[in-house]
Amino acid sequence: MIVKYNSMELMVCVASRELEDGSTLAVGTGAPCAAAMLAQKMSSPNLSILFEAGSVSPQLPEMPISVGDSRAGHKAVMVSTMGAIMETCQRGYVDYTFLGGAQIDMYGNLNSTYIGGTHQKPKVRFPGSGGANDFGSFCWKMMVLTVQDARRFVEKCEFITTPGWLQGGNSRYEAGLPEGTGPYKVFTNMAVMDFEPESKRMRITSINPGYSIKDVQDNCGFELLKAPQITETEPPTEIELKILREEVDPHRYVIGR
Amino acid sequence: MKEQVIMNETGPTPMNVIGAGRSELYTDPDPDHARAFFHQKTKKMVNKVMPLAKAVEMFVHDGDYLSLGGFGGNRAPIAACHEILRQGRKNMGFAGHTTTHDFEILSAGEVFDRVDAGYIVGLEARGLSPCARRYMQTGKVRVTEWTNYSLSARLHAASMGVPFIPARNLLGTDTFEYSASKIIECPYTGKKLSLHPALYPDVAIIHVHEADVYGNSRIRGIMKSDNDLARASKRVIITCERLITNEEIRRSPTQTTIPYFLVDAVCEVPFGNYPGNMVYEYFSDEEHLREWLHVEEDPVVFKKFLKKNIYDCSNHHEYISKNGGMEKMLKLRTIEYLLHKEVD
Repeated sequence: MIVKYNSMELMVCVASRELEDGSTLAVGTGAPCAAAMLAQKMSSPNLSILFEAGSVSPQLPEMPISVGDSRAGHKAVMVSTMGAIMETCQRGYVDYTFLGGAQIDMYGNLNSTYIGGTHQKPKVRFPGSGGANDFGSFCWKMMVLTVQDARRFVEKCEFITTPGWLQGGNSRYEAGLPEGTGPYKVFTNMAVMDFEPESKRMRITSINPGYSIKDVQDNCGFELLKAPQITETEPPTEIELKILREEVDPHRYVIGR
Repeated sequence: MKEQVIMNETGPTPMNVIGAGRSELYTDPDPDHARAFFHQKTKKMVNKVMPLAKAVEMFVHDGDYLSLGGFGGNRAPIAACHEILRQGRKNMGFAGHTTTHDFEILSAGEVFDRVDAGYIVGLEARGLSPCARRYMQTGKVRVTEWTNYSLSARLHAASMGVPFIPARNLLGTDTFEYSASKIIECPYTGKKLSLHPALYPDVAIIHVHEADVYGNSRIRGIMKSDNDLARASKRVIITCERLITNEEIRRSPTQTTIPYFLVDAVCEVPFGNYPGNMVYEYFSDEEHLREWLHVEEDPVVFKKFLKKNIYDCSNHHEYISKNGGMEKMLKLRTIEYLLHKEVD
């Protein structure tokens, strides 16, 4: 039987499989939150979610609209401060974070500050770091979930809001960021990427069903490296889709996009 | 095991500053200046209840540096934001410490001309505010970049009474380059650390669940940085969902998050966070927040919307009456109550 799904459903399902039971995750609203909720309902019931507004291990009744709203704090084990959450990350207690941005470069650096013009008079102003620079600096593994698009995947971010592997090689740790942290995986509608261990450049590790390596490269503004073995991404299962559609996001806030 | 040498033979190692952000520090981080201010501030336990309009008139001045409590639209002093627009405050400094609907309102009034940017312009999953974006793209607003944690840390340094605290964010990024942070080498470990200068706002406005007439306040749910904000600010206005007695405060002091001597004014403003989400009280009015984002697309339409909803209203209740009144409030209360109801 062929299971039908859209690209957002695929990205959420594939990303959710990374979040193993018993791990900790700092996350925002939207698709990453859907991935976390799906993981909890599939095989990681004890995945601990932390929101920067202060809530610790909530049991989310539905998708929060804000990481500081009543849903985001629902049945939490504790509600605390932004400092307490960020310092939990800085202390090394938090395994994963999911981030995004208007631009991502070949080293996984992210821009969510501005595009075009100057810093003082930008053409398009975005929110800035928010908690992204903090999570991207402190959490062990940073992951990105975004649409594959050459305007988004750029050779060099106009502004590095959040650190990836910076200029590649050992530059991230030379800048003083905590040892052992850094970008881990990138999930798009076309592929899954990781970072080559020496150069720290983005490389393709698996291709989503229906796409080719050429498709991915054509929709990327820089040359992607290729892992020694490129596999085909396991598509969403019937049970993943059922839970995602019926329990995680019944109003289709994320998967309807 | 060999003991680690912290001091070398010639004496203590000087702290080595190895980098500095290029942007402006809008506030004075000197703890002695802050101490002198806090010293002369009255600590009398007197009745501080007054109408919101009077509190804004007395304690929020043109040119002041302002910081708001809550998390953007959640437990945020929205009624006070409207009042600031009605009174036409200008040239203010503003802490964009996870600011969302509050930033949107203050942008509409062009209230500030300089911003410490943690999170600005956006409303999280709802999208970006066209009005806030237009204002930030005029070039009229000076911006120093920070992060959400940076602003927490800066308020915490101020509440500790020290000039800065170190952290491990910002390093290697343009967020640092456009901040007013400095990078030092740690005198104990040699590691690179970003410094966060104390942020002492001139005035803070914090919306809370309950307060007594003296300003002793209770906050339920997430705190964000409001414990530190109340301690760091020179003047503090509390707006509350309801007033409670001092006896009730003393019966359960564990629940007090802000003690009276930090507070300058107490204003009872039920539903003062509408259209935002006040945890355990009422949920956000998503339809109305969408309406804001929609009308902002056309500046002419938006001007009429602001006139109706802010400038022609004498207070927050008039705004609420124009947008569904008590019927709407009860509906939002039901959503919030049912969310927290135990399901067996």
